[in-house]
Amino acid sequence: MHNKSVAELSRELESGKVSSVELTQQFLDRIKREDGKFNSFITVSDQQALAEAKAADEMRAAGKATPWTGVPFAHKDIFCTNGIRTSCGSKMLDNFVPPYDSTVAASFRAAGAVCLGKTNMDEFAMGSSNESSFYGPVTNPWGLASGDKRVPGGSSGGSAAAVAARLVPAATGTDTGGSIRQPAALCGITGLKPTYGRVSRYGMIAFASSLDQGGPMARTAEDAALMMNVMAGHDPKDSTCIDRAVPDYTATLNEPLKGLKIGLPKEYFSDQLSPAMEEQVRNAIGEYEKLGATVKEVSLPNAKLAIAAYYVIAPAEASANLSRFDGVRYGYRCEDPKDLLDMYTRTRAEGFGNEVKRRILVGTYALSAGYFDAYYLKAQKVRRLIQQDFINAFQEVDVLMSPVTPSPAFRQGEKNTDPVSMYLEDVFTIAINLAGIPAMSVPAGFVDGLPVGLQIIGDYFSEARLLNAAHQFQQVTDWHQRDPK
Amino acid sequence: MQWDIVIGLEIHVQLATRTKIFSGSSTAYGAEPNTQANAVDLAMPGMLPVPNENAFRYAVMFGLATNAEIGRRSVFERKNYFYPDLPKGYQTTQLAEPIVGPGYVDIDLADGSSKRVRIHHAHLEEDAGKSLHEDYHGMTGIDLNRAGTPLIEVVTEPDMNSAEEAVAFAKKLHSLVTSLGICDGDMSQGSMRFDVNISLKPKGSGELGTRTETKNLNSFRFMEQAIAHEVERQMDILEDGGEIVQETRLYNGDRDESRSMRTKEEANDYRYFPCPDLLPVEIDDAFIEDARARLPELPDERKARFRDQYSLNDYDAGVLSGDARLAAFFEETVQHGKDAKLAANWIQGEFSARLNAEEKTVADSPISGAQLGALVVRIADNTVSSAGAKKVFEALWIGENTDVDAIIEEKGLKQVSDTGALEAMVDEVLSSMPEQVEQYKNEDNPKKRKKMLGGFMGPLMKASKGQGNPKLFNEILLKKLEG
Repeated sequence: MHNKSVAELSRELESGKVSSVELTQQFLDRIKREDGKFNSFITVSDQQALAEAKAADEMRAAGKATPWTGVPFAHKDIFCTNGIRTSCGSKMLDNFVPPYDSTVAASFRAAGAVCLGKTNMDEFAMGSSNESSFYGPVTNPWGLASGDKRVPGGSSGGSAAAVAARLVPAATGTDTGGSIRQPAALCGITGLKPTYGRVSRYGMIAFASSLDQGGPMARTAEDAALMMNVMAGHDPKDSTCIDRAVPDYTATLNEPLKGLKIGLPKEYFSDQLSPAMEEQVRNAIGEYEKLGATVKEVSLPNAKLAIAAYYVIAPAEASANLSRFDGVRYGYRCEDPKDLLDMYTRTRAEGFGNEVKRRILVGTYALSAGYFDAYYLKAQKVRRLIQQDFINAFQEVDVLMSPVTPSPAFRQGEKNTDPVSMYLEDVFTIAINLAGIPAMSVPAGFVDGLPVGLQIIGDYFSEARLLNAAHQFQQVTDWHQRDPK
Repeated sequence: MQWDIVIGLEIHVQLATRTKIFSGSSTAYGAEPNTQANAVDLAMPGMLPVPNENAFRYAVMFGLATNAEIGRRSVFERKNYFYPDLPKGYQTTQLAEPIVGPGYVDIDLADGSSKRVRIHHAHLEEDAGKSLHEDYHGMTGIDLNRAGTPLIEVVTEPDMNSAEEAVAFAKKLHSLVTSLGICDGDMSQGSMRFDVNISLKPKGSGELGTRTETKNLNSFRFMEQAIAHEVERQMDILEDGGEIVQETRLYNGDRDESRSMRTKEEANDYRYFPCPDLLPVEIDDAFIEDARARLPELPDERKARFRDQYSLNDYDAGVLSGDARLAAFFEETVQHGKDAKLAANWIQGEFSARLNAEEKTVADSPISGAQLGALVVRIADNTVSSAGAKKVFEALWIGENTDVDAIIEEKGLKQVSDTGALEAMVDEVLSSMPEQVEQYKNEDNPKKRKKMLGGFMGPLMKASKGQGNPKLFNEILLKKLEG
């Protein structure tokens, strides 16, 4: 059962061959047995999961089943879940049990899906290797067989590893600068970062509000489409969420790709990309040509500025977003504070890890009097230029394709002492968040036995087209079916 | 040396929306601590602000009433600082693109002149919660009921030159926002709070001096005292050859002293930047026209109407039109009492005195305009004397009875206006006072005669057991003595 996709499990449940309670128990047993190797879960909520599974079976018996009813999945531990600890990978929220559901969690709940637990992540979604988690690093299922402990990517590394290791068929993720796509690529699964405003951010703990976007992580594009059918849509509780009709993302998966115009941004095929990686990506694009697509080179002249702009804007927003973690109302508070200042400084010094502190410092500095114009305002101008680059490119082509990462999964400990080399992991993904457009990571080959991701980038609200392009590719390739075992 | 005083004000006006500016919690005052703070107000993880349309409507109404430009693009920013009653660690406010642009308000001064005070801008923002430092055994209690209450902060140009002008402006603003119905105006509950910027410069100098800001004054009286106090403090320093330190000061009204809260050097770097959780709000023509259509009669318009419609003098019209609820009370009184001048006198006299004595506002008045109007009718038609009317007023106030005529009847306050009976009493009194009658008749000085006439009134009122109509007694006396 654990090798089946969401779509397949949904059919199994519908046929009555298995109940949700049975399925849930199988997956819970598998997590218990296997996750010691990966550390992909922070919290396994077996009691609640079995209760939800029972309710799902009743929902089905009452004839009220949706495609998700009774299907197990997991949430990245950044989505608030009513009654289940939501830590955001931080000591700061180690004791935090939200009394409310995020809109994404509520939507899956309403669809009858069974949440098995909360997946590991970089602390407050800040990281590209899952090594900044308070709950310890996650190990990529790929490479373990040859004795290598490699990172799963980050920040949604727990979700990616859990899906790749078949501990859950699907999991939610969030993507601020590549946090869905990069771990999806490094773990050989399918991930989608939707258009900014497509999925509600209500109850999703904020890192950088103007960049954060929740999205699906699964093995297939079809499953990602099924997740989008639940996740996408307007939410009056999020003022930045866009009120626009939501298509059935599964309805257009089988559209032919003949005539699809693919652009290859020349800046994303630079010398930062290893030749072996480039070969895999170009082979994948060759498959698209066989499917009837045409390919041309395009340019994103300001793409090279993306990392610099991102590392001003994201920390600036984070520095304010994380001010609420002050020990006053919830979360961690230091022992025996002697006064208010002592409580603030020790609570935050003890509650946050190094990467979070680094970004709060950077962001605070960028917003300070005398630096604001040179950093924050300048970065916002760069952001508009980057956005315009993509708008221009989509005048010429339907989608853009590129690698997701410059290289495959690196070893744990390899980059975590050098923040800048870690930040460069997101060199091909970050501009997409600055522009607010959607992009996917699709398994597209292997280098040295490690997965390689193909990035498919689309215009605003083109998620259906991206999923269609990914699904058609997955009909003629089997990279997404490979099992790390 | 002679000094010019230069004053600018920053006024926080709590908007009377039912719910908070970015959440659905109630804004009602006085609830148990933290019972009106939801997950958004508590800044729980993942919570997001959703703007309250009514707060924007009220701000636009304020802008229209102060002749201001309306900011078509309204942007919220985060003002970052740590304080336990500021749950998010930043205040959501406006800076570069506020909702209300430059405008002005005309104020009336005691000498009859009027003066224009320019408003630099007014912006929308959220209030913080309250830190309660007493009753918690050395700890601080945090009440977040107020957190997220919508405010407009009104920032004036430094156009006022005395405490009198500053208070006149503050009162005018109070009158405006209460008339608009966008603020309940209850200063004791913090609905309006004033920060006063003060500087001195040598008389006639074109250059502004260094200013101080005195924060959080919550009554007109404290504001007046604080200005006097600060002007004196600055004058002492300057005349001793010292320099004013740019700083924020706190004024203690009960002890008439002030202390420095922080100097410019100690000021926070608030690191403002546009709030990424809130998109810029575009205010379109339709929204502005809708707000304009909601504008009630404004104090200046009402004052002019009171002058014309009720033939009130400028002073009476000003007093009665300033406060929207007092104005409504006056109009209700006139509607039932007909005689506007008499109604105006009673409201400014007995009624206001009683409210003040009991520290009540018009809204808390135990008597209605209709009741006072009914009393005015009985005064005007001579049913009761003014002394009798005060007894009726007292009975109404303490709730002995709600009906004016019933009180008059019950208390026997009805004046005797039967001229036959009154004439008989006059005849009897005059015949008992032959000497005084003789003196009166021999007196040529009209002033003295008038005074002597008063000498007969006492015995007449006594003879009538206080119920004789003094006006009729007067007429009969004159007829008998002069005729």
